[in-house]
Amino acid sequence: MSTEVPARTRAKAAPKSPRQMPGRESADRKLVTQGRWASVLLLPTLILLAVVIIYPVVNAIIMSFQNDAGLSSSGFFVQGGFAGVDNYVHWLAQQCNGVSCPPGTLGSQFWGAMATTFLFTVATVVLETVLGFWMAIIMARSFRGRSVIRAAVLVPWAIPTAVTAKLWFFIFAFQGIANTLFNTHILWTGSEWPARWAIIISDTWKTTPFMALLILAGLQLIPDEVYEAAKVDGASSFQRFTQITLPLVRPALMVAILFRVLDALRMYDLPAIMTQGANNTTTLSILVVDQIRQGFNSAAALSTITFLVIFIVAFIFVRFLGANAVGAATSSGKK
Amino acid sequence: MSAATATTSRTVSVPERRPKKYDWALTRTYIAAVIILAWCLAPFYWMVVTAFRDVGYTFDPTFFFTHVTMDNFRTVFDTSLGNHFAQNLLNSFIVAGVTTVVALLVGVFAAYALARLNFRFKFAVMGFILGASMFPGVALVTPLFQLFTNIGWMGTYQALIIPDISFALPLTVYTLTSFFREMPWELEESARIDGCTQGQAFRKVILPLAAPATFTTAILAFISAWNEFLIASQLSSDQTKTVTVAIASFAGSQPHVEPYTAVMAAGTIVTIPLVVLVLVFQRKIVAGLTAGAVK
Repeated sequence: MSTEVPARTRAKAAPKSPRQMPGRESADRKLVTQGRWASVLLLPTLILLAVVIIYPVVNAIIMSFQNDAGLSSSGFFVQGGFAGVDNYVHWLAQQCNGVSCPPGTLGSQFWGAMATTFLFTVATVVLETVLGFWMAIIMARSFRGRSVIRAAVLVPWAIPTAVTAKLWFFIFAFQGIANTLFNTHILWTGSEWPARWAIIISDTWKTTPFMALLILAGLQLIPDEVYEAAKVDGASSFQRFTQITLPLVRPALMVAILFRVLDALRMYDLPAIMTQGANNTTTLSILVVDQIRQGFNSAAALSTITFLVIFIVAFIFVRFLGANAVGAATSSGKK
Repeated sequence: MSAATATTSRTVSVPERRPKKYDWALTRTYIAAVIILAWCLAPFYWMVVTAFRDVGYTFDPTFFFTHVTMDNFRTVFDTSLGNHFAQNLLNSFIVAGVTTVVALLVGVFAAYALARLNFRFKFAVMGFILGASMFPGVALVTPLFQLFTNIGWMGTYQALIIPDISFALPLTVYTLTSFFREMPWELEESARIDGCTQGQAFRKVILPLAAPATFTTAILAFISAWNEFLIASQLSSDQTKTVTVAIASFAGSQPHVEPYTAVMAAGTIVTIPLVVLVLVFQRKIVAGLTAGAVK
């Protein structure tokens, strides 16, 4: 029922047969009518996105320049009101009321959380890219039962992250199957590096399929003839991989990596459920959520910083590494 | 779509010569395939095995189903420990369902415009929508937490649905646009020339073509909203708590003892419908997932 409109709009957008308006003039007029229709059709989406995203973000930016009313950490009552960049200084310099934040307070965790977030991002994305590439190459081959593999990789992807977290929490329990299988006695979620590895492994399990499928889609765009020609010319399988597969799959690969990096930078569910951020597994998202109940405005400043970090990383990817997500999405050939 | 066509064409093209000696490459492929299969399915299998296992044998490492019981599923729906799993399931259905319907009803127009019409700023609009889909949920939670507290919306369904729109709508527009772009729209014209009315052309040609794409997009949007955790964990109350939040904080009979088997049972209940859905519509979902990322 909702799809009924496209047909109707189409009829209204181009009601006349092209013969009646020949040449350039008709093309121009067509563009104008199409533009008008496009804005009508796009308006609901853009308004809704403005309400659910731009309004809260602007709100958060305004809040981030306000003081949190209430007791300060040194015991004085602080009035609300304009705070300038105090909230930002509080996080970036880890300063609480002019002195550096005492250990254990949220304020003292900013750079640690930043480092953890980037550690998780780099570790998971590297693992997922390597593993995903390997899976994609296997899935691109033709063999009996290939569709079974393609269906199976969708299973981790479909499982909610919260369930994934609980499942791996169980696997990594002290008496759990991971310790039993490898005959180890590691307190996985109880100390720093095991906890981090537990989170990295869980995330890799959950999201490698997505990566593999995106890379596979890129691999399938490479025509077989290119490989055959290279084989005839005597290229080894390694040469074929580095000289043909890698360069040709690069656009799809970069977009996949961009998606995953941006997703990993906002990682929340896995560490929040598996460790509650203990043992230095607090990511930026967890720190924001922890801060919300201690002061909105300070949390707003932190979420703005998080947003900016993600924005800058995305910008670097698109601008310098050529991850052309928009170009891939619009067929207009603008590159 | 292109993925599916490429698949079939390649499957057909390969077995052209009979290998005389043993095919080691194929063997290696099969070994790799088994490893992938095990890596993807073993944890999921372990969840299901544990869900059906007697709580006394929680850490039994036996690979097969042993000590099978339905007790864990009874525990999941038992409300005496303070869990309200049935209510949570209903909440998730309401939130994810409404989010999906709203995103589709609004997004289908935008997708049509982006796929079919030429206009200025198309590139910018697509960039904005893509950017929106990558937006960190945590940047919404803080201002919305305060806003919803002020206007008394905490613990209402709209407090969960509105932020969910922020990722479901861009996802819908993005996926539908790439599906629509690959549809053979000329067929509508052809149907008109062959004497169909506008309505018939729509009913008999466009609708059957667009329905699978729209349905697949709906599945993707529904799964993304169903799996959402961060927003729901902050903006829901006991009455509107969704399943993901409930599973994360599932209460056992003894404090400080994690009710692993019950949690695995709850996870199985939440996951099985999704897995079935995904396996049934595998092809379409893969096409939807990778749509737009490659071109």
